Amino acid sequence: MSCTCFRTDKLISVGPHPDSPLLMSERNPKSSIVVRLAGDSGDGVQVMGSQFTTSTALSDTDFATFPDFPAEIRAPVGTTFGVSAYQLNIGANPITTAGDSPDVLVAFNPAALKVSLPLLKDGALVIVNNDSFTSRNLIKAGYSDDPRDNGELDSYQVVNIDIARLNLEAVKPFGLSKSDGSRCKNFWALGLLMWMFDRDLAPTENWIRRKFAKKEVVRDANLKALRAGHAYAETAELSEAIPRYQVETAALPAGDYRGVTGAEALSLGLAAAGELADKSVLFCSYPITPASPLLHHLARFGDLGVGTFQAEDEIAAICAAIGASFGGVIGITSSSGPGIALKTEAIGLAVNAELPLVIVNSQRGGPSTGLPTKTEQSDLYQAVYGRNGDTPIPVIAARSPGDCFFAAIEAVRIALRHMTPVMLLSDGYLSNAAEPWKIPDIKNIEPISINATFETDAAQHAQSLVFRRDPDTLGRPWISPGTPDLMHVLGGLEKDYDTGAISYEADNHQRMTDMRAAKVAAVERFIPPQSVELGSAQGDILIIGWGSTYGPIFQAVKQIRQSNPSVSFTHLRHLNPLPGNLAELLGGFRQVLVPEMNMGQLSTVLRDKLGVDPVSFCKVSGQPFLISELVEKVMTMLPVVALASNDPVAKGHT
Amino acid sequence: MAAALSAKDFTTAQEVRWCPGCGDYAILKTLTGVLAEVGAKKETTAFVSGIGCSSRFPFYVDTYGFHTIHGRAPAVATGLKLANPELDVWVVTGDGDGLSIGGNHLLHALRRNVGLKILLFNNEIYGLTKGQYSPTSRPGTRSPSSPAGSFEKPLSPGTFALGAGATFFARAIDTDKAGLGEVLKAVHAFDGTAFTEIFQNCIVYNEDVFADFADRKNAADMQLRLQHGEPMLFGANKDKGIRFNADTFALEVIDAEAEPDQVLNHDETNKVVAGLLVELTAPVALGVVYRRPDESFEKSWYAARKNGLQRTRSVADALRGTNTWKVS
Repeated sequence: MSCTCFRTDKLISVGPHPDSPLLMSERNPKSSIVVRLAGDSGDGVQVMGSQFTTSTALSDTDFATFPDFPAEIRAPVGTTFGVSAYQLNIGANPITTAGDSPDVLVAFNPAALKVSLPLLKDGALVIVNNDSFTSRNLIKAGYSDDPRDNGELDSYQVVNIDIARLNLEAVKPFGLSKSDGSRCKNFWALGLLMWMFDRDLAPTENWIRRKFAKKEVVRDANLKALRAGHAYAETAELSEAIPRYQVETAALPAGDYRGVTGAEALSLGLAAAGELADKSVLFCSYPITPASPLLHHLARFGDLGVGTFQAEDEIAAICAAIGASFGGVIGITSSSGPGIALKTEAIGLAVNAELPLVIVNSQRGGPSTGLPTKTEQSDLYQAVYGRNGDTPIPVIAARSPGDCFFAAIEAVRIALRHMTPVMLLSDGYLSNAAEPWKIPDIKNIEPISINATFETDAAQHAQSLVFRRDPDTLGRPWISPGTPDLMHVLGGLEKDYDTGAISYEADNHQRMTDMRAAKVAAVERFIPPQSVELGSAQGDILIIGWGSTYGPIFQAVKQIRQSNPSVSFTHLRHLNPLPGNLAELLGGFRQVLVPEMNMGQLSTVLRDKLGVDPVSFCKVSGQPFLISELVEKVMTMLPVVALASNDPVAKGHT
Repeated sequence: MAAALSAKDFTTAQEVRWCPGCGDYAILKTLTGVLAEVGAKKETTAFVSGIGCSSRFPFYVDTYGFHTIHGRAPAVATGLKLANPELDVWVVTGDGDGLSIGGNHLLHALRRNVGLKILLFNNEIYGLTKGQYSPTSRPGTRSPSSPAGSFEKPLSPGTFALGAGATFFARAIDTDKAGLGEVLKAVHAFDGTAFTEIFQNCIVYNEDVFADFADRKNAADMQLRLQHGEPMLFGANKDKGIRFNADTFALEVIDAEAEPDQVLNHDETNKVVAGLLVELTAPVALGVVYRRPDESFEKSWYAARKNGLQRTRSVADALRGTNTWKVS
């Protein structure tokens, strides 16, 4: 599975500054260092972050990232709502979140400082782009006086650098306009950061050469800016104030690694599923944040047997995918909540036609257009319950960027085995977040089998032959136009259980409805029993997670278990149907806690399907859970448990 | 070699459930005849439809079929055609299914020039939902949802199609076996989106709405039967013709015997004239109004992919990405 079982390494600082966070971390060892880059949405923060991530990966360090950007492409300059940030957690293992509180902040303007300040650790290093602290920018950020002078930054280690001016000086020889020249400042700052973390410049230099191959002046100016920032940190008198961070190589399990975002891994997983099933894949989608990266990645996978179709709308996208599945190609569609809502009717069609289909939902904040660029897990009801008629479908979720690969394969496997649409839940955080990923060996993954066709039986009508279902999976054979002698008609009208012909007969509708429910229930027989990620299978509190909350819950439970070994953690892949032993597992604990980035949707599903009554811990701020808030929540539950064990009156009180 | 198929071979045993006397019967009969005549194969032919009376079509033809959801047939058919471009994919739709709820998909199928054979049965009314006015209903149409008469302006399927970038637009009347047959053969032979409007008589909710030109007794004076390269003549003795009036930028009827030189020859590749022909009401233009072949969507789509949808590289290779490192 994904990289979650790495050894812990420690950070070593050789920085000379007495207040450096690294020196502090030596005194009070931290398991990781968190770097946050923040600026205007046009400042190139995301590029800077992803390049810093690549250099981190290539230095064999574990990491997790969290790009956090506004919905507007270019929000008004200098405003707090236009701040684009990239947070990166590096160093020790296992890194499963982008970190609660940054140790290092690079703030390109006052707004970025203002937005980031409440997140920082005390004593954090704050690198400020001095030139941007004009009175105009301070006002835009809502500062009445300069935070550099009014004591607001007293608890941090502040390094003021004229990043904008120094960058412009560096790129002056290239004759760029002032605005073009100032666009290089992200590379200047990146150079500085690379020096601080002792990173090799070569991979980023190669990237710049590739990216700007056709714009030589821009290419050279960016290269110059990168080196100038690096040289500045190295040689300037200020370097005494800039701490240097030496992060030891992480001891990851042996193997070949790459950095991967959830969207990349999911795309690769869909392509891998096609190869494992020996079928082509047609990915039909309509652009929507944060799902579009899937379309972008898959559009480049032509040689992997994957085609893409950018449809005219969400409905057309799923309908084209259904048409492709009818045509014998694995049809996939993808969207985010609002788009999934539009696809709902067509999902029912695929259920009725008993065609394979995967619907990927990269969830975002709702309702309606909601928070397009912010993450949420609030489409679980939609996935499990959200259709007209009694129309169940299997639902699974990915837990981490690298896990998206395996989740995609599992979704296709279920769709082809049971001949049903499957909903695969990802989210905005997983889509954009990156982590180092041990490259899986596809030869070790079980091939996906296609439900066998059969010899044509002249005595039986093709219409009934194509609906002869496997008794274990209730999946029917997958027959496509072009196959001689098996001409049949699919559709959305109710059909006879045996003959596949249209039927409005009452008993048959009951039988078909039962069959559709039994088909989804049958998925459970093929999934492994639910086990605990951390802790034992019995105890005081079991924390159940699903989706992208895996990272923070894992870290929180690990921390809690140092003092409270009675807390365990389990994480669900399968949300419909639930694993068969889940009720039993839950029964081994006094309390069950479900942290979710919604208003308690998994809790409802667990109540509905298992009759249990878990404690909900909900967060819908558009941001992933912090480890600290999860720890805090569990701590508030522990005394109750302790009390409950002594006091019969308190038992059952949650 | 297998024996040639007959119209009967394309007919299913399904009991046909259209109202007795519905124009759909005539279309079904002519179409199965044409399928046999052009040598279509059952296993490589698929009929895709949406919802409505016309959309029951797939159940009555013995080929592959998909009766989908309201308005979405062109989208489903596009996916099917991309998955297997060797198939003959027919889409059967109506004025409500194709131009109201499914207008967007029809627009984009036409714009992309997907190799679909789209038959729009236009009866200017919602039949299956019991008679409400449709987007092609004429102003004043009294219906359960417009008891005082509809005041909405109708959409012209031909104008819509040409505006969407159609490469083929034809028209026929349901009961006109010869005219419809000719059009369907042209549809079958066409590579891009072959879009055809068939005037279909709903005998229950909108009877005889096309009688002014479709009735046999009115046919000669009210039907302009187009043939590429031939003069646009009509009337019992072919004595009336169509002329382009450069002052009004319009087509007009003239005495063809008096001014034979003024009669337009039908050039099916002329989009401007096609735009004028589809707006003519007396006479009504029938046959292939516009046909200008262009590379189909699926052809371009596959041309951009060296090996089609075939896999030429293992995902194991792609998994390595551009920046990999080894941990030992």
